[in-house]
Amino acid sequence: MAGQSEPHISLFSAEEVEFMAEDELIEIVPNMRMAPLNFICGDFGPFLPQIPTQVPLWLAVALKKRGRCAIRPPQWMSVENLTRVLEGERESQGSFQFNSMKALILCFFVDGSARDDIPDMYMVRSLIEDIRDVRIHKVETSLEKFSGTSAVKIPNLSAMEVNIIRPFVGRALQAFYKHDNPEKIPDVDRASSQQTRVANNEPRRPLRR
Amino acid sequence: MGSSAGEWSAEQIDDYETLISTTDVELLKKAWRNEKVSPEILPFEEALVKRAKEQIQLMEETVDDFVESGHDPLIASLYQMDLDRAQFLLRSYLRVRLQKIEKFMFYIWKTDTYRNRLSMEEEKFTERCIRDIGKHLEETVLSNLPDNYQSVLNQSVISEEDDMVPEPLLDTFVVAKCERTTRPLYLDGSRQSTGFDSRDDHFLMVPGDLCILRYRPFQEELMSGNISLV
Repeated sequence: MAGQSEPHISLFSAEEVEFMAEDELIEIVPNMRMAPLNFICGDFGPFLPQIPTQVPLWLAVALKKRGRCAIRPPQWMSVENLTRVLEGERESQGSFQFNSMKALILCFFVDGSARDDIPDMYMVRSLIEDIRDVRIHKVETSLEKFSGTSAVKIPNLSAMEVNIIRPFVGRALQAFYKHDNPEKIPDVDRASSQQTRVANNEPRRPLRR
Repeated sequence: MGSSAGEWSAEQIDDYETLISTTDVELLKKAWRNEKVSPEILPFEEALVKRAKEQIQLMEETVDDFVESGHDPLIASLYQMDLDRAQFLLRSYLRVRLQKIEKFMFYIWKTDTYRNRLSMEEEKFTERCIRDIGKHLEETVLSNLPDNYQSVLNQSVISEEDDMVPEPLLDTFVVAKCERTTRPLYLDGSRQSTGFDSRDDHFLMVPGDLCILRYRPFQEELMSGNISLV
């Protein structure tokens, strides 16, 4: 398919972002004994009743669904902490060291299967969504200040947020670059004027739907 | 990595520790992410893929044994989940590469750097693709064009180079995360030789930085592992 640089290869789908987030470690409290698990992705266990242990999120959810454990919400997932983070995000210009990809996915999963394990779940969830909105808004406003740079530092964003802004920012910066350096794109070292078409590195015109 | 023989620099020790503690799954995940975001095809991770395949095969046998021997079905299903995840990563990695090959097959074939980045199977695939597409285009379109315009690679016989061949757009902007401090770079791609210039265009990333940057100047940093794509 002709068009701009093939976004579909370089974009991660929501499922793929979820997949990556599922590898994050979370604490569980098993309610029965289980032998250690020697997975390709690592070794976990042994699992003893009432002894907390760290496992990847996907494993935690699987165990929880089968009634084998309780999930312990991570430290940062308390209403007080999240409120503090939200205030901080609202006030400051930069972003905190807060990985909200983890946050949202965790929220999603844990809400689904661990309602009883998290106190004030609705509050937590709405706080996380607010934080996310504030952050995205901050990124958007800082994008307005771009003016044809070749590289931009962005504050700590999670993979999901990156995925959201990637198509727009990528193309915007590319347009800046193109207009700043007309002699560099495309390679026009040819003198031949008989060529009616200049070499396209890639068919550039998007097909309008 | 340029430190005196016999003495390990802090960086090397760090690398070594990271190396022995990083699972193949994590390495595969990183390779997959890099490959997905990069506009060009990256070197094939032969050793990694081989190891991953072996581990997956071993796990498949283990899970089969579990199921047959009537082992706890919960455990079996958990192992199966882990297996599925590893398989997904491997397949996705290979699939992204194949997609890129399909897009840029002529260019990859005629450019040695890229051709050397393919695995053996990928080379065969590229060859077949080129043959099939070439034949298809010829039969449907090219043979009906006037004589001077019948090449798959050039617009016409008077083209100075192969201008019908799409090239990877190395000037796309990608999001990159810094793992190790990069060398200072001029953003137009030239290298700094000694010291710092008074010009303000040099750009340096330190570990933890997240940037959106143009791919081309940072190719080498990606290859050396100083940055990874997100």
